[in-house]
Amino acid sequence: MNTTSNIRPLYEIAQEQAGGSGKRTMTLSMGPQHPSTHGVLRLELELDGETVVKCTPEIGYLHTGIEKEMETKLYYKSIPMTDRIDYMSPMSNNLGFCLSVEKLLDIEDAIPDRVKWIRVLMTELTRINSHLVWLGTHALDLGAMSVFLYAFRERELVLDMYEMVSGQRMMATYFRIGGLMDDVPKGFDKTVRKFIRTLHDRIKEYEDLLTNNRIFQMRTIDIAKVSAQDAIKLGLSGPSLRGSGIDYDVRKAFPYSDYDKFDFEIPVGQNGDVYSRYQVRIEEMRQSLHIVAQAIDGLPEGPFRAHVPGVVLPPKQDVLTKMEAMIYHFKIITDGFKVPEGSVYVPIESGKGEMGYFIDSDGSNIPNRVRVRPPSFVNLSALGEMVKGHLVADVVATIGSIDIVLGEVDR
Amino acid sequence: MGLEEKIPDGIALTTVDAMVNWARKRSMWPLGFGLACCAIEMMSTFASRFDMSRFGMEVFRASPRQADLMIVAGRVSNKMAPVLRRLYDQMPNPKWVISMGACASCGGIFNNYAIVQGVDRVVPVDIYVPGCPPRPEQLIEGILKLHKQIESESLKDKPAPRKTGEAAN
Amino acid sequence: MRGRFSAEIVSEYVHRGQLSFYVHPDSIVKILTALRDEKSLRFDYLADICSVDHLRKKAKTNERYEVVYNIVSIPNSFRMFVRIRVSAEAQKIPTLCNEWPCANWLEREVWDMMGIEFKGHPNLTKIVTADDLEGHPLRKDFGIKYEIQHFTHTKDDPIEVVPDNPFH
Repeated sequence: MNTTSNIRPLYEIAQEQAGGSGKRTMTLSMGPQHPSTHGVLRLELELDGETVVKCTPEIGYLHTGIEKEMETKLYYKSIPMTDRIDYMSPMSNNLGFCLSVEKLLDIEDAIPDRVKWIRVLMTELTRINSHLVWLGTHALDLGAMSVFLYAFRERELVLDMYEMVSGQRMMATYFRIGGLMDDVPKGFDKTVRKFIRTLHDRIKEYEDLLTNNRIFQMRTIDIAKVSAQDAIKLGLSGPSLRGSGIDYDVRKAFPYSDYDKFDFEIPVGQNGDVYSRYQVRIEEMRQSLHIVAQAIDGLPEGPFRAHVPGVVLPPKQDVLTKMEAMIYHFKIITDGFKVPEGSVYVPIESGKGEMGYFIDSDGSNIPNRVRVRPPSFVNLSALGEMVKGHLVADVVATIGSIDIVLGEVDR
Repeated sequence: MGLEEKIPDGIALTTVDAMVNWARKRSMWPLGFGLACCAIEMMSTFASRFDMSRFGMEVFRASPRQADLMIVAGRVSNKMAPVLRRLYDQMPNPKWVISMGACASCGGIFNNYAIVQGVDRVVPVDIYVPGCPPRPEQLIEGILKLHKQIESESLKDKPAPRKTGEAAN
Repeated sequence: MRGRFSAEIVSEYVHRGQLSFYVHPDSIVKILTALRDEKSLRFDYLADICSVDHLRKKAKTNERYEVVYNIVSIPNSFRMFVRIRVSAEAQKIPTLCNEWPCANWLEREVWDMMGIEFKGHPNLTKIVTADDLEGHPLRKDFGIKYEIQHFTHTKDDPIEVVPDNPFH
């Protein structure tokens, strides 16, 4: 339909769209297929020249119906679904769901220490994984191709460790309700220690490439500034909130899974711009490494599953030799377990922000309602406010800085 | 018939088919079309460790007009399906489609109101890559299979190129 | 606080260490802003708005839906839940958009997925579901539309869609 004669200068189209009302803006649709929108996000930009007057994100292109799907499944069968909500940090999602169900079952005290520590270890590796993908794509959007290649090189090391413990590269589904799938394999601690040493040096490399890079600074400093009060009003969470100078981290404020036994700091930014959020995330990677080092050094001995008959699977050896254990195993796999009536909400700090699972049970073996508190969804809703008055190119930088993942936005 | 002896040195004989297929195979430009989880694995396929540029495929195109391979990486929702079809229509002929992952191939673990049960209901698919998500090696294997398929194609079988103005947009 | 709003608070309970209040739907804006502005409490972070459909146990309570506001006091590290019950007939509840901008999308999602209307919301339109989808997916009477997979689709063997997932 578009033949050569149809091509007109942009200002003519803009004037036509304004319809003689004196409005000098034009509407530009960005996405859903756009390399810098990190998935299938669509933005409707109202532009005056190259300045953004209004930005309306339109989402839903990846709506999967996960919350509805979970309402039709036994509790333990929902764990693979949670992996695919935020596919950059699968284990954080697993953890949130497992903690919620454990709280609902009131078996939190039965969880062995070893399980808690391995969970902390793996979720911190997951945070590094998530931040590495963010670093690579964010830098790529701003024109630094090599950082992308370096970040993905280190991400492969994290995925190798996932594969070691669970057998899957990305969607590990490693955590179970009341424990883990299996204990960590032999030689895992060596791999982790080697990784800590490697990444410490590599983070320095990234910083050499970006932190004092003039082009990077010009693209990020004073872009999309959010003040502390606005950040709270807009409901931001995670590094986007801490970049604005608010010291709110779920790991410190509402400690879960023995996080209060670890020594770490919450990096907080000053300016609330894209650059501050970058600094916060880089520092968070260092802190995560610090936690991982503590977890691997002080990993307590013990079983990798809680002993809660009828809810948590008995050890495999018992299933093969004892009648009772075999019956429990069979019952759990075929019929699940009944969960007492009530509703709980357990928040955790995923790589993106506060991710929480609200589970409402009606007493049967299927949840009545599972609600995921999506950090990306709320952070994205603030995008319109953030980019007002900036250039189109800054929109790309801002999307990168709030670190959205569309699977979580749309669910 | 003794013809070969009369050909001077430095000249090789081939068919037009073989030559065109060789050229198509060796410089395939995929459309950067990430949907969900598989998109991340697709990115790692093209990044450091697995490095698709070994097969002449590192040039991701952002515009469908410049691409000839669409890798549908991830679940396709009912809202996305018309967009996907439109992108496919905008790609120039000849074009191929790889359905990457269980969700794109058959809906995967999501069987509900929101997800299209297989992208082959929207666009014709040449290669299905199983897995949730497939490992990068699997995707490479799929792409190599596609290369083989292209080798055996003939110019006669391909549909006639669309006339100007016939495209969806 | 409890004394000030004794008329509006229906009940309060603690479940698994989490404090919840049931309040009257019309007073939700008043209560949440009061909790935010009170100097010693400062519940200024609205983390989530979520809705629950209690169709299965409707026989016990008359109100079918429930909306849960999840608020956090960052200085005190305290989280609590303010809940309102919504009956199936009079489904309009006041919006929080003017007080918390982040409520805009959260309320839109509640409307889109559960069909609970918010009075005074500036832009109450579909947000995640496809434009041609009718109904609100998270309601219990909305079937999941499970598609039974066949290996071939012919005229005699068409695609079969059932409302509920037969395998759970």
